[in-house]
Amino acid sequence: MIDLQPIYLTLQLAFCTTLILLCLGLPLAYWLAFSKWKLKVIPEAVVSLPLVLPPSVLGFYLLLAFSPENTFGKFLDQYFDLRLVFTFSGLVVASVLYSLPFMVHPIQNGLKLLSPSLMEASFLLGKSKTETLFKVLIPNIKKSILTGIVLTFAHTIGEFGVVLMVGGSIPSETKVVSIAIYDEVQAMNYHNANVYAGILFAFAFIVLLCVYTINHRFSKTSPLQ
Amino acid sequence: MIVIQIQKKLQSATGEMLLNLDFEIRENNFVTLYGASGSGKTTTLRMLSGLTQADKGIITVNNENWLDTDKKIQLSPQKRNIAYVFQDYALFPNMSVRENLNYALEKGQDKSIIEELLALMELQQLQHQKPAQLSGGQKQRVALARALVRRPKILLLDEPLSAVDQEMRVKLQDYILQAHRKYQLTTILVSHDIAEIYKMSDKVIVLENGIISKNGRPDEVFSSRIVSGKFQFVGEILKIEKENFINIVVVLIGNNIVKIIAMDEEIQDLNIGNKVLIASKAFNPILTKIDSVPKSRDL
Repeated sequence: MIDLQPIYLTLQLAFCTTLILLCLGLPLAYWLAFSKWKLKVIPEAVVSLPLVLPPSVLGFYLLLAFSPENTFGKFLDQYFDLRLVFTFSGLVVASVLYSLPFMVHPIQNGLKLLSPSLMEASFLLGKSKTETLFKVLIPNIKKSILTGIVLTFAHTIGEFGVVLMVGGSIPSETKVVSIAIYDEVQAMNYHNANVYAGILFAFAFIVLLCVYTINHRFSKTSPLQ
Repeated sequence: MIVIQIQKKLQSATGEMLLNLDFEIRENNFVTLYGASGSGKTTTLRMLSGLTQADKGIITVNNENWLDTDKKIQLSPQKRNIAYVFQDYALFPNMSVRENLNYALEKGQDKSIIEELLALMELQQLQHQKPAQLSGGQKQRVALARALVRRPKILLLDEPLSAVDQEMRVKLQDYILQAHRKYQLTTILVSHDIAEIYKMSDKVIVLENGIISKNGRPDEVFSSRIVSGKFQFVGEILKIEKENFINIVVVLIGNNIVKIIAMDEEIQDLNIGNKVLIASKAFNPILTKIDSVPKSRDL
């Protein structure tokens, strides 16, 4: 019988990461979609960095930053009693950064594809930016938000490099499924590795199946998107 | 009374253009902005509504300052209470017709206006439909109704009739005129259609390359001399045929093709595709009740 703990931990990590990213990603995507700031390309590039950067690079810098030996880590340790190296909280923070583009890009594109007159019409009807966002914009980019949620969740589940660098492999704390596979292979337990790998494989396939089904269904019902 | 004195640099297809406007619109007037595309008509509406910022100038509406760049006054679009009908109608796809109208209600506003507008625009049957299920003409009526929910005093229409067919267009013009009169609106319409302008407007402002080239009554603006004829129509020349000493000019007026005899000197400046005003001074019209005219004699 294989140890189910890594599976729970993985789901927990993916759930926390997705929830936090939804709250962070929405305002960030809104700002990136509509801001007229000339230097907007800089934050845009930063958000996209995790797409091209090797996870080990991001993980390495996060490890340095979170380390209690260094300023940021020391600050967190002293004032918030928070340690992000080799802890679950550290994994969540790293995952949030690493999955950022998977949440922000779909929402940003969804907002950009909406006709600008929708937002303007709402303003001319006397509605504030916040009311317009929640009652007009968000309901009309449901597909994009759902895509962002599913992709973020799936991407977090598939993380390896960042998790290994920042979290290591501490059972019940940072040992997620992808790490467990690595450990099992190292220990020559091919059967267990196979089970973990099979679970991830099936999961990834189902997730992508969901994304495409959502896209097809929405594109049939809503000609606007 | 609306007073507009504004300047704005625009990037047009031919390079940079300075939109320089100075005009007044009297209360309850129906004014049309006419001009080639890129002449600044839409930008004018957008600046009046606050969606686009003018570089310099003032906008005063009924002695209230909406914009004064010298005094750094700039009223937000939310506070201007303007009815604006977009070219693409901008209906919210997630809301039904009725919900689109409800959304426009101000806090605590009496809801009876919704029933009134649904009835005026004949939308009761469609009130639970989503915008995606509506035709172009129906969307236009919803957009007009929604824009009027807050009981604005100014109605801006950005070529709302360009995407519907001729028959629907004539009907929608009537809806707009009805709303204009019922709610005593000051209306500004952007239009390319001279027939439409004749039918609807008290005044027409012609924009050319960012400046006002003509401003006056439609008949003053579109014909070089003032015609006092009782019958006048606007049409488009389809064909000019020469026959012996005279010419036959074939003109499309609305959906009717009319042949008009013209002398050589009359057609000197005319070309196919020109918009022309056809007027008759000495006219003795024959009145016949429509039901009594046999079908075969229909024109």
